[in-house]
Amino acid sequence: MKPYIREKSTFTFDEIPEETCFEAGYLVTVNSGWRSVTPYVDADRCIGCSQCYLYCPDGVISMDGKVPVLDYDFCKGCGICSKICPRQAIEMR
Amino acid sequence: MKKFLSGDEAFAEGVRLACPEVISAYPITPQTVVVEKLSEMVENGSLDAEFIHVESEHSALSCAIGASAAGVRTFTATSSQGLLYMAEGLVYASGGRFPIVMMNANRATALPWNIYGDQRDSLALLDTGWIQSYAENAQEALDLALMAYYIAEHRDVSTPYMANLDGFILTHTYENVDIPSPEQAKAYLPPYETDNRFDFDHPTNMGFSAGPDTNFIFKYKEHRAFDRARGIITEAEQRFAEIFGRRYTGLLDTYLTEDAEYVIVTLGTIAGLCRNIADELREQGIKAGVVRIRYVRPFPNDEITTALRSAKAIAVLEKDISFGNAGTVYTNVTSALHWGGITAPAYNFIGGLGGKDISADDIREVFRRIQTGTDRLNWIGVNENEH
Amino acid sequence: MKMNINALDRNEYFYGHKACAGCGGSLAVRAALKVLGERTAAVLPAGCMSAVGFNFPQLCFGNNAIISMFAGTASMLTGVEAGLRRKGHRDFHAVGFAGDGGTADIGIQALSGAIDRGDDIIYICYDNEAYMNTGIQKSGLTPYGARTTTTPAGANIHGNIRPKKNMFEIAAAHDIPYAATATVGYLNDFISKVEKASKIKGTKYIHVIAPCPTGWGIPVSDTVEVAREIVDCGLWYLAEYENGEYKLDRDPGEFASAENYLRRQGRFRHLTDQDIHTIITSRDRKWEKIRKEWK
Repeated sequence: MKPYIREKSTFTFDEIPEETCFEAGYLVTVNSGWRSVTPYVDADRCIGCSQCYLYCPDGVISMDGKVPVLDYDFCKGCGICSKICPRQAIEMR
Repeated sequence: MKKFLSGDEAFAEGVRLACPEVISAYPITPQTVVVEKLSEMVENGSLDAEFIHVESEHSALSCAIGASAAGVRTFTATSSQGLLYMAEGLVYASGGRFPIVMMNANRATALPWNIYGDQRDSLALLDTGWIQSYAENAQEALDLALMAYYIAEHRDVSTPYMANLDGFILTHTYENVDIPSPEQAKAYLPPYETDNRFDFDHPTNMGFSAGPDTNFIFKYKEHRAFDRARGIITEAEQRFAEIFGRRYTGLLDTYLTEDAEYVIVTLGTIAGLCRNIADELREQGIKAGVVRIRYVRPFPNDEITTALRSAKAIAVLEKDISFGNAGTVYTNVTSALHWGGITAPAYNFIGGLGGKDISADDIREVFRRIQTGTDRLNWIGVNENEH
Repeated sequence: MKMNINALDRNEYFYGHKACAGCGGSLAVRAALKVLGERTAAVLPAGCMSAVGFNFPQLCFGNNAIISMFAGTASMLTGVEAGLRRKGHRDFHAVGFAGDGGTADIGIQALSGAIDRGDDIIYICYDNEAYMNTGIQKSGLTPYGARTTTTPAGANIHGNIRPKKNMFEIAAAHDIPYAATATVGYLNDFISKVEKASKIKGTKYIHVIAPCPTGWGIPVSDTVEVAREIVDCGLWYLAEYENGEYKLDRDPGEFASAENYLRRQGRFRHLTDQDIHTIITSRDRKWEKIRKEWK
């Protein structure tokens, strides 16, 4: 579970809440446009240590077993994952 | 049950009957008695609440907002500088639509320092989105504590409520007060239920930002809630009369205004003296009347127009001045008169600042001056040749 | 301290936010929430993390969360905790995430009040050493020598002339049940401390260094590396205060080069050798005390 993109992104007068209180984790825009470089995982080099998953400020890396999976919708391309990787298995391109 | 109580004590009894779950307050004269009483009630078990000893008024309101966001009934109380220190929280609570109830003991604002009563503190904060009532006596103070929760927490309103009591003149003056039973209070006030809160089953994000594309809609809805509050205040008073047998008169109360030609419009405790002098003038054949504004927000625009239909001249008497203009109650009243098409002259009388007594002779003088015509803005008791 | 990555909650509770790339603050918030889990109510004052996380209808917290007044993180947390408890909830966490300005400057009074009352809350200060959300102005936690937009570095004054306020020891001086320092560079340590705090009753204070690439003048990929270097070179330390005692968690022994740490950051680039000498002297004086007194 994590905040995720919803289909409904605009709201009519009646749909705008009366109070400043709304469903948690409601996303309407992605962050992929911020990226100038993109991380790619070399599965052969990766040892599944999870350091990239742990240190990603945006939480866009999840571990599918021992393999890191990136959510490119929300990756900003900071490159912390690439730098933290002990096996140089993440390349920024 | 009847008891001899001060205004502060009476209000505390009302709060006890409303059963708030979280109380956060910081002491300031002349509010202290309320929080002392509530502390005693929590200690002796007559009130089951968390009493949180915050380190400032800013934190008092911040804490109340947090508890309200958790979905529970809250109470805080302050006065004067404390209310001003809370000012940021006032707009926060109203913008977030947290129905917090606060008692404010009306007191002069520094400088010069002064602990006595005038109404500059709350009137300076009229635009912060709080319902504002002004009580005249201790019984009304107690009753307003209960009605405050009914109105503020009503789903159509969901807006914080500031109950104002004149410092010392009301907060520290003793009267016989009828205290309703907890059973009656329970029958009157439903438990607080809201969706405007945290929820572990359906988590929420609260107190968020809203950009230019939606921000004004939130503000519009906030304003609309005040329009709905007018009807809910009536409903709250009708229900109150049914259960407790005491009847209140909505946003204002009128005295002999049906045919009154010379009318004082005022608020708070001074109204009683104004009514006495109106009686005196009636005996002399002068058609005098009094309007006591009970709610300054929402403002009784239509009710004022109706009450002043027959007026030939109007005095707005208030313990407030908006420097560089006139009293704030006056500018509100004159705008109501303009909207209502009332053309009778209205004069502003500023009195009672810093606790200065307003005497019977002062009120006679106000009535005398509006009969002959006077300056638009008049300061009671100021004589430049004497001081 | 030991922690197991696999034991960490796989859910993400701070996601889709608009923090700058490489933001250390967002990493601290994300990591802490993964420890505390879904039964958490978070309070964040006006500041970076609230600005990037709560723009209706883009709401980036998966758990209950609210923006507080700038000075009101701790006081609102108090109310939230009391309110949820009165609602009958047990086994939940009330956590605050405030920046350095929100903690050491405008929010210090409310924080002190909450610790004094012993409120059962976790207060996490993510320290990026200046008011970053408003564009890098000096706060009470800006270190000596740092250039900010309100402490410009010129011929006369070389940036900020005052050292960091010592929030960790200020919190400890209240005889708080638990206080700790951490860095996003060593997340295992930070996570273990958040976990420890979550099991202690009363007020908990954790001060975590969270580099801001924008304000510090470092590449966005270097956040974690710099957050490690500050500890390795002795300009920050990993410590705890518990049961009335200070404890040093990590003694780097021989320090890494403080000069390298400073020179790689834009905010320190103007420092003279004399300035750096002053910083190192003050570091050594502090460590002499730490090594003697914090076992």
